[in-house]
Order: sequence, then C-alpha cells, then structure tokens
Amino acid sequence: MDALYRDYILDHYKNPRNFGELDPHDLEWHDHNPLCGDELGVHIVVKDGRVADLRFHGQGCAISQAAASITSEELIGLPVEEVAGLDADWVIDQLGIEISPTRRKCALLGLKVMRGATTGDASWPE
Amino acid sequence: MGAVAESTLSRLRADFPILDREINGHSLVYLDSAASSQKPRQVIEAMDSFYAHSYGTVHRGVYELGREATELFEGARERIAAFVNWDSDLSIFTRNATEAINLVAYAWGRGNLGPGDEVLITEMEHHSNIVPWQLACEDTGAKLRYLSVPESGELSLDELDAVLAEGRVRLVAVGHVSNVLGTINPVEEIARRARAAGALTLVDGAQSVPQMPVDLRAIDADFYAWTGHKALGPTVGMLHGRRELLKEMRPFLGGGHMISRVEREHSTWNELPWKFEAGTNAIAEAIGLGAAVDYLAAAGMDAVRAHERELTAYALERLPEVAGITLYGPRDVDRRGGVVPFTIEGMHPHDIAELCDREAVCVRAGHHCAQPLMRVLGVGATARASFHVYNTRDDVDRLVHALNGAREVFGL
Ligand SMILES: Cc1ncc(COP(=O)(O)O)c(C=O)c1O
Repeated sequence: MDALYRDYILDHYKNPRNFGELDPHDLEWHDHNPLCGDELGVHIVVKDGRVADLRFHGQGCAISQAAASITSEELIGLPVEEVAGLDADWVIDQLGIEISPTRRKCALLGLKVMRGATTGDASWPE
Repeated sequence: MGAVAESTLSRLRADFPILDREINGHSLVYLDSAASSQKPRQVIEAMDSFYAHSYGTVHRGVYELGREATELFEGARERIAAFVNWDSDLSIFTRNATEAINLVAYAWGRGNLGPGDEVLITEMEHHSNIVPWQLACEDTGAKLRYLSVPESGELSLDELDAVLAEGRVRLVAVGHVSNVLGTINPVEEIARRARAAGALTLVDGAQSVPQMPVDLRAIDADFYAWTGHKALGPTVGMLHGRRELLKEMRPFLGGGHMISRVEREHSTWNELPWKFEAGTNAIAEAIGLGAAVDYLAAAGMDAVRAHERELTAYALERLPEVAGITLYGPRDVDRRGGVVPFTIEGMHPHDIAELCDREAVCVRAGHHCAQPLMRVLGVGATARASFHVYNTRDDVDRLVHALNGAREVFGL
C-alpha cells in the first residue's frame, strides 16, 4: 500500500464526508491555497454552542480534500470554542500520514477555513 | 526531420551535469523547463571562472580586475543583444522578466497613462504581465482590458482590431509564447496593428527566447522582456526597448551608477542602457547569460525549435494513451511551443506531480501563475510537462509510464 495515498485517504478524497453547502447557516468562511490556487469554503450551523452541522465545498488535491473531510468529521459535535485550540499537529495526527513541507498547506487548508469560520482567525494553523 | 533534430541535440545532454543525478533510484527526467531550465557546464564554468579569476565590480575599477569584469559584463550584453538582433545600448539588464515589465509599467506607464486610456493584455498572460498593469492602472486611472482566449487557445486578431478601433488603447502587453498553453502568438502582426492604431506594444518573451529564434527587428515591438533562467542561464532578465522611448522615460530605480551628476536637489541621468541599471548589477549572472546565449547559438535556435516541436508532437501523440487525460492548447504543433498542459479525471494535478516524482519525473502542477487563464479553461490547476534541448522521446515515455502508475495508485 502507498505510504501517502493510503486507502482511507483515497476513500475520503473520492467520497468526502460532509461535502456540499448548508443553507441557512450561522457561520461561513472561504479561502484558498496561494501556492496552487485550490479553494475551500465551509458552512456551519451552531446549536447550543456546538458545531451542530458542517459542510465544506471546493476543489483540491487528495491530501487537502481528505484532510478537510477528516477534520469535518471531528468538528461536528465539538463546542465552537474548542475549535480555536486545534493546531497543525492535530490535523497531521488525524491524517495519520507523513506530510512533507511541500504538502503541508494542502493538509492544513481544511482546518484553516473551519477555524476561520468559528474564530475569525485567518492565519494558517501552526 | 524531427528524428534528425533529436539525434543532433541529444549529444548536448552530456553538457548538463544535473542529468547524472538519480532521484528515488531513477535517473532524472526533468520536464519543467518552462518554469526554469537546467544549466549546461559551459554556463556554470563561465560564472565559476569569473568568480575565481576575474571578479571585480564593473564600470568603476581603474585596476585590471575592474577592467576585465567590465569587459566580460559588457561583452555579454553585446552578445545577448546580438542573439535577439537588437542594439546593445538598448538592452537593459534586470533581475528577471518580471522586473523588466515592471520597469516599463513604472517608467513609461506612470508618465504616460491617464484616465480614459486603456492597457490591453490577454487572458493568457502570466501574472507578471498582469499585476504590473493592474497597479499602473490603479495609479493612473487608466483601464485594464483583456483579449479573450477561445477554446482553440489562439487570440483573435479581429477582436484586437475591434478593441484598437475604439481608439483608447495606449499599450498592448502580450506574451510571445504562453507558459500554460504553449500558444505562439503572432506578435509581429499584433505590434504592427497596435502601432497603426497609435498604441505601443510590450512583448513578454519569457517563453520564446529560450526555445525559438527571436528576431526583435523583425518583430518590431516597442519593448521586449525576457528572463535568463529559462534560457539555460542564471537568474537575470533583459529588457530591450526602442531608443526614443528609453530616452524619454524617467528612470525606474534611482541610485548609484544610473546617474550622470547628482546635485543636492536633483540629478541628471547616465546614458543608455545604464540609466536603467541602478546599483551594482548581478555581474556573474550577466556573464553566465552571455555564455548561455553562446551555447544556444552554437546549438542553433532553428534546431532547438525543431527539437521542441518534435517532442511536443510526440507528447501529444503518446499522452492520449493515458485514460482520462485531457490536453489543452493548440493542436497544431507549428503554432505551439514545447509545453503540454494536461489534467487527468479523478486525480488532482498536485497528486499527479507527487506520484511522477516517485519515478524522478519532474512535472509542474498548479495554476502556473496564470489564474485568469485557469478560470477561462474552467480548471483550478493543471499538470504541465515542458521541454528543452536535453529532453528526449524516452523522457516522454517515462512520463506516460509514471502517469499510468499514478492512476493505479488512485485505483483508477
Ligand atoms: C510567460 C512568462 N512571463 C513571465 C515570467 C516571469 O519570469 P521571471 O519569474 O523570471 O520574472 C514567466 C516565468 O515564470 C513566464 O512563463
């Protein structure tokens, strides 16, 4: 099996979870990876201070789509204020593969937009 | 004829030390020359020898080293200018093509554009021939317009005429060869029509000078910009311009070397081309580019062009064997340079490039600094293979093999 393109990564890429749009939604954010132009947007519905539902949309490589898909699953149900505490190591841990410096932004774009929507923080996760 | 070109040029491979490298256990297949080309030993040695034997700064030293450096530097300028058939005192060293275009956008644009004027570019421009004009238009109140890129990948001269006929275009800025589609634009005809309509023309030759014969007197544009690192040379750029314009224009950057006399409140300018070369030049790089054009001239630019054409034709023939592939750009290899953009259904270009790299096949993935064109093509990104003298048909075979392998990893 390929060390990067593992079966579950390709599965998330081909069948992304929580992909699409949510209307109406409470929070939204949109951003892109300036290196490759990949774009990602997110819609979030908040209930009782928690991420009640979330959909992401856009286009990107297998790593960025799988990372967004996996991150989305983890975020649903989480108290909104806890999203701010998620960082780059957390995403890479969730992905379970080694990410080279050239693919780092691919892996982090999903969390970046989801964190942007919940906290207004537009910076790249560290 | 193509086969002849390949066999004549393939002996040049031995001149490129980097091709001895192995990556991931495979010999290197470098298919990203449109981004930046590899360097022959002759260029590396010219720079080494300058640093080891003749280094000094130019135009100042009274001593022997200063004289030698100046001779090597100005000698390089003369050969570079001759290579594209232009006057050497109208040939300015810049950092790269981007700075050459910015030089015109500042030194000519700020002084000559105003509200009611238009700058006409095309949808296939590289960001470095878009953003400087956006900024110039913002500063001057001029308007930026685009010629469209249809499905064929070729500009319409009728559309150009229609826009020029409105009478507001002051400058047409167009790429000679598209870095994404490979389209060879009819810049000679564009410059002629622009001039007839009272507009200037700037040609971005970043992709043309490296791979085909370019005769600036025949093209007869007002400004021509290009970049050395894609032409087997180091990172240094060139701007060639028309004498009257360069004389009239204000300097771009102020500083040492570009002045004639500095008073407390104002200064007068050095002669051309030095008026536009503020500060200490990238001397070794200029000398290296001199060696690169010598190398290309010895190979023969007709032979280089024939080689690019032959490899492009071969790639356009073989790549369709890869299931799910879409190719972009003109079909006719007489009208396109050595660059082949493609996408594969079900696989993002980033992943294509990553998996090709496992087999030491270097292809580019992304928007290629041409985001407006990507939107026209309706894709976020493409993969791209591009060629230079050191590439062979075998490299194309290795690419096809790597692409088929990549599809397997993705279970396609
Ligand atoms: C068509 C075109 N124009 C301009 C440039 C900019 O060249 P440089 O980055 O050397 O300024 C490039 C290269 O990336 C190019 O392909």
